[in-house]
Amino acid sequence: MRTLVVWCPDWPVRAALPDLPRDEPGAVLEGGQVLACNHAARVEGVRRGMRRRDAQARCPELHLADHRPDVEARSFEEVLLGVEELSPAVTPLRPGLCALPVPARLYGGEEQAAAVVAERVVSLAVWDVRLGVADTLFAAEQAARRAAPQDVHVVEPGTDAAFLAPLPVEVLESPDVVSLLRRMGLTTLAHLAALRPSDVHTRFGAHGGLLHRLASGQDPRLLARREVPPELSGVLVLEPPVSRAETVAFSLRSVAERFVARLAERGVVCTALGIEVEVDGVVASSRRWAHPRWFGAVDVVDRVRWQLQGTVLPGPVGGVRLVPEMVAPVGEHAPVLFGAGTLAADDERVERGIARVQGLVGHDGVLAAQVQGGRAPAARRLLTTWGEQAQPARAVGAPWPGSVPPPAPATVYAAPRPAQVVGPGDRVVGVDGRGAISCEPVRFRATGDEHWRPVASWAGPWPVDELWWDEAAARRVARFQVVGVDGTAWLMVVENGTWWTEARYD
Amino acid sequence: MSTARPALEVVAELRREVERMQGAPARQSVPTHAALEGLLSLETGGVYGVDSASLALLLMAGPSAAGTWCAVVGAPDLGVEAAVAMGVDPHRTVLVPDPQDRWLEVTAALVDVVGLVVVRPPAAVGEGDAARLGARLRKQGCVLVPWGDWPRCDARLTLETARWAGPGAGDGHLRSREVTVALRRGTAPRRTRDLLLPAADLTVQQARPDVAPVRRREPAIVRSAG
Repeated sequence: MRTLVVWCPDWPVRAALPDLPRDEPGAVLEGGQVLACNHAARVEGVRRGMRRRDAQARCPELHLADHRPDVEARSFEEVLLGVEELSPAVTPLRPGLCALPVPARLYGGEEQAAAVVAERVVSLAVWDVRLGVADTLFAAEQAARRAAPQDVHVVEPGTDAAFLAPLPVEVLESPDVVSLLRRMGLTTLAHLAALRPSDVHTRFGAHGGLLHRLASGQDPRLLARREVPPELSGVLVLEPPVSRAETVAFSLRSVAERFVARLAERGVVCTALGIEVEVDGVVASSRRWAHPRWFGAVDVVDRVRWQLQGTVLPGPVGGVRLVPEMVAPVGEHAPVLFGAGTLAADDERVERGIARVQGLVGHDGVLAAQVQGGRAPAARRLLTTWGEQAQPARAVGAPWPGSVPPPAPATVYAAPRPAQVVGPGDRVVGVDGRGAISCEPVRFRATGDEHWRPVASWAGPWPVDELWWDEAAARRVARFQVVGVDGTAWLMVVENGTWWTEARYD
Repeated sequence: MSTARPALEVVAELRREVERMQGAPARQSVPTHAALEGLLSLETGGVYGVDSASLALLLMAGPSAAGTWCAVVGAPDLGVEAAVAMGVDPHRTVLVPDPQDRWLEVTAALVDVVGLVVVRPPAAVGEGDAARLGARLRKQGCVLVPWGDWPRCDARLTLETARWAGPGAGDGHLRSREVTVALRRGTAPRRTRDLLLPAADLTVQQARPDVAPVRRREPAIVRSAG
């Protein structure tokens, strides 16, 4: 079966910075490192894996955003829907990448079909789309990566191995194995493919065996499809029908867990999943999802939620059907099967309750908190929308010169409040460039509407040049701890002679 | 035979459920921070008012450290780092910082699923609302910690005096705070407890633990004469 791969490069950047003009550099960060950047940023020398500060040094006007996989998946749904209107069997591989059998017969040739698909995607304002056609999924993906924008690279039938042969081993995207191959002098896929499969399997195990088959132009991923007995599909019937995606998703949890468990009983896990959503007894939305490893119950629920959020349904959902379209033996996945993917009963109940609260105050009205590194107290807390995963951008353990030592304040104002701190003769206390204060603080007003309090004791300044490499966001501030005679303690910050209260030790 | 044991468990579970719905063992004690031992022990269905962020966190720390889910409603300014330092598990804490006029519904929805809810009411709370929420608390076995005024508190904790140690005139930094916490419970006389909130090692402990002073023994020195 000939496979067409549609690749929208730098999708994380596009999803995270949707309003960024094409010629302005943008990058998405994960864990303080560049996860993806766009063409304009690459021209400036920004590379994947680069540290935030290095990237900004190369390209000071770089627009940055945090990596948010859920948002990426949700925004890619639009492209999937567009392609699906042309050909029904679209398999999303990950946000920015999807595959489908080439609908060649319908459009009079592979290139013509690809051109129609490209045109459809471009009409969705995704101007950079590249397509690849080959016998196998892996070769088609590599072909797409070698195509020009809005163009297709076709690998003629039967020539997958020859097409892949000169490519460097890095395209396998398996850093551990690749570094070993390099050290063994195997630099291209041809070198790897020339080895005996049994030797590769002995040295590198099952994963190496898979890479060897990919390099030889024998991608087993779509060929491994086999018929799945129908009783293994999971069905959720909603009576009465439900219109909110969150509600459907949480009702689905137990069905999803049974679905995964029943497959596990037969010694298989699901690697490609079909989700059918019913409205008024007819299937209103049907989609096939692939997973890099296998679907756990949580993954299944996530995919259903994404599908519901991405599609406009004609009415409330009456039912959801989960069809295991592709399964693989459990043996390869056993270590991760147990423990992950199931939720304790209590946690599940809480998740359901939170979904109800989200129904009241909106999806982003419910937050989860984490501690991260930083200098200002407000920067040291990371608040994320409940259910979306976010990694702390800054390490807690790293030294943060200029940060105020613990204990941490119990109240941290989301926005600093205007304050006043004066010395003898009501002169405003200031800090010069060397961190020396102009006069001793005598009395202060912690927030604009509070009364004046005499200062009992104070500590500081902790001077900080924040974001000195970014002129627009650069701040030169100094922090003070101020204790009033009534025992209240405050964390205050002065910037250009203006005082603010950042936090309260109450 | 394999189904016998689960069936028994189900029966026991149902019995507990029936007892709970009949309101028989209404109150169970909830893990409370060690610094409050002897002063206050939280119970399910209880309402414990506080007047400051650190006391709210202190009440939250006990159950949260024991694995109970907690929620904070209407307090966008809560210091997450201070909460973690006190023992709150952020992974089992749900924040609804700005519920606006639906805060009572949000609180009620959270009472159904979590073990402790800290709520900062944005407006005066009516007697009726408080009574309805109280009934729900007892039914669901949840603890409510209103931060601010609340008409029907089982107990109220307030910070009376605070003395910070650490900073001088520009030198040092805040290290520890000695506070007097007062507890009012109904018409019972006010009780106080001196706490280090926090102590210099960032824990919370009693300032003067109620232990009998250790009597110093006179050193027995044998003097040799001559």
